[in-house]
Amino acid sequence: MTETTASLPTRIKADIERFGGVLWLPVVLAVVALILIGQPSTWATLTIAGLAMGMMIFLMASGLSLIFGLMDVLNFGHSAFVTAGAFIGATVLAWLGFWVTGGNPALNLTGLLLAIAAATIFGALAGWFFERVVIRPVYQDHLRQILITVGALIVAEELVLLVWGGAPIPVPRPQVLTGSIIFAGVSVEIYRIFAFLLGLLVYVAMYLLLNRTRLGLLIRAGVENREMVEALGFRVDRLFILVFMAGSALAAMGGAMWAGYQGLITAALGSEMMILVFIVVIIGGLGSIQGSLLGAILVGLMANYVAFLVPKMALASNMLLMMAILLWRPYGLLPAVKR
Amino acid sequence: MAPILRLDDVHTDIAQYQILHGMSLEVPEGGVHVILGRNGAGKTTTLRTIMGLWKPRQGAIRFRDLDITKLQTPDIARLGIAFVPENMGIFGGLTIEENMRLASDDGSFDTERLARIHAIFPAIKQFWQKPAHALSGGQKQMLAISRAIIEKRDLILIDEPTKGLAPSIIRNMIAAFREIAEETTILLVEQNFHFAKALGQTVAVIDDGRIVHRGTMADLAGDAALQGRFLSLSVEA
Repeated sequence: MTETTASLPTRIKADIERFGGVLWLPVVLAVVALILIGQPSTWATLTIAGLAMGMMIFLMASGLSLIFGLMDVLNFGHSAFVTAGAFIGATVLAWLGFWVTGGNPALNLTGLLLAIAAATIFGALAGWFFERVVIRPVYQDHLRQILITVGALIVAEELVLLVWGGAPIPVPRPQVLTGSIIFAGVSVEIYRIFAFLLGLLVYVAMYLLLNRTRLGLLIRAGVENREMVEALGFRVDRLFILVFMAGSALAAMGGAMWAGYQGLITAALGSEMMILVFIVVIIGGLGSIQGSLLGAILVGLMANYVAFLVPKMALASNMLLMMAILLWRPYGLLPAVKR
Repeated sequence: MAPILRLDDVHTDIAQYQILHGMSLEVPEGGVHVILGRNGAGKTTTLRTIMGLWKPRQGAIRFRDLDITKLQTPDIARLGIAFVPENMGIFGGLTIEENMRLASDDGSFDTERLARIHAIFPAIKQFWQKPAHALSGGQKQMLAISRAIIEKRDLILIDEPTKGLAPSIIRNMIAAFREIAEETTILLVEQNFHFAKALGQTVAVIDDGRIVHRGTMADLAGDAALQGRFLSLSVEA
């Protein structure tokens, strides 16, 4: 750890890193988009939509990233929790009827929070069952993990079809979150603001858990070197269950939020989202919550900007983003493991 | 005195390869005890088998009066056995403080003990809040050893601590290990004979997964013929 005389490019790179480094990528993307779009009000609407979408994808991706990073498990069944969360959230919202659609903002919000809570709790319990029955027998065997989790995903989607049927299900949106507000000439959907704030709240909670508690310290250490954590006297298998339950609960929460955002859902919702979720996990860096947030915001912004500019390139743009980032940083933007 | 650790006829396989072929070893309580041997002789496998990271196919491992052969790694660690692996096992994304905090029993530090560690390894204090991935190789090794002694342990297993280190750092390590050995037993795996000779009270030479010589370090150090017979030595400081 000594100061050495570095070359100019190295010093420039070090200076960029010191002032935030890759954290500026969403800003760079937004500035480029502003130049290409030209109209500030349209750009602002797309930016807010992108941030809200990014936060909902973050909810779905952060748990998967931890599961990848800590448990080294390739869980292709993660989207089943997204789908289940969406349908359970929608069902609870429908049950609560007037609470949600009536004019009382307090009841509206209570109804929405109950729906999100129901989805999240279901996600955690289903995650516990999934880890015990499906994942545990195939630890450290990636091929079998892929096969068995894809199989479990198909079964889960069939179960959703069995319970809720094949027709698209309408999702009632709480009255208080419908409509838009106009701010400085920019129209912003209230639901998007709520989605952004909820995602931000979850991120702050996860950040504090991982960086301010002993449990978080263990999880961060486990992502880097599970064997050494065990050699220090900690039961990593117990951490695995906890992380898997938390990851599944977050996926279900993200699914419930996405259901409200879409307004109409089908059993394919989770599978459709999984492409973006995997892109976020890969470009963010396995096991990194900060990386997941950064990746999700980039993906959300890119999806909205490109959908406006070149609609047919919306999904391809995020694939190109992933390829470019992997060529530049093979371990993702903010990998948890420092090499 | 009864040995603190005893291996009886331990056989360990890794995948389809048998690495330990009936390893038997007694480690007396207190001091530094060394396992020497060439690359691939089974030194690392011996330590990892003791820690439960690899399970023996046959044989028994006893820590004091307890059979630990089938115990899980965390349970073995909680008996008071610390492990410093060959790659040091540092958590690069964590600060030095966080690495140390993880190794303490309840997440807090005994201030006297910490001050003693800082005295042995001043770099640990100097870079306390730095991420561990930014440390040099020698500093990482100091952190790995500090982490192993942040709580009082009965036995510390250390795998090739001098690997890749500069001679000046190795000299500091010798002084540090002497101080650590005043309160705990160290089982040291080494290839650097100069380092092993400076520290070890007893020595076991391992070859092809079994002990081929055991005795005092003084006897081995004073007998060039014995050294020539059992060791391909690394004599650089």
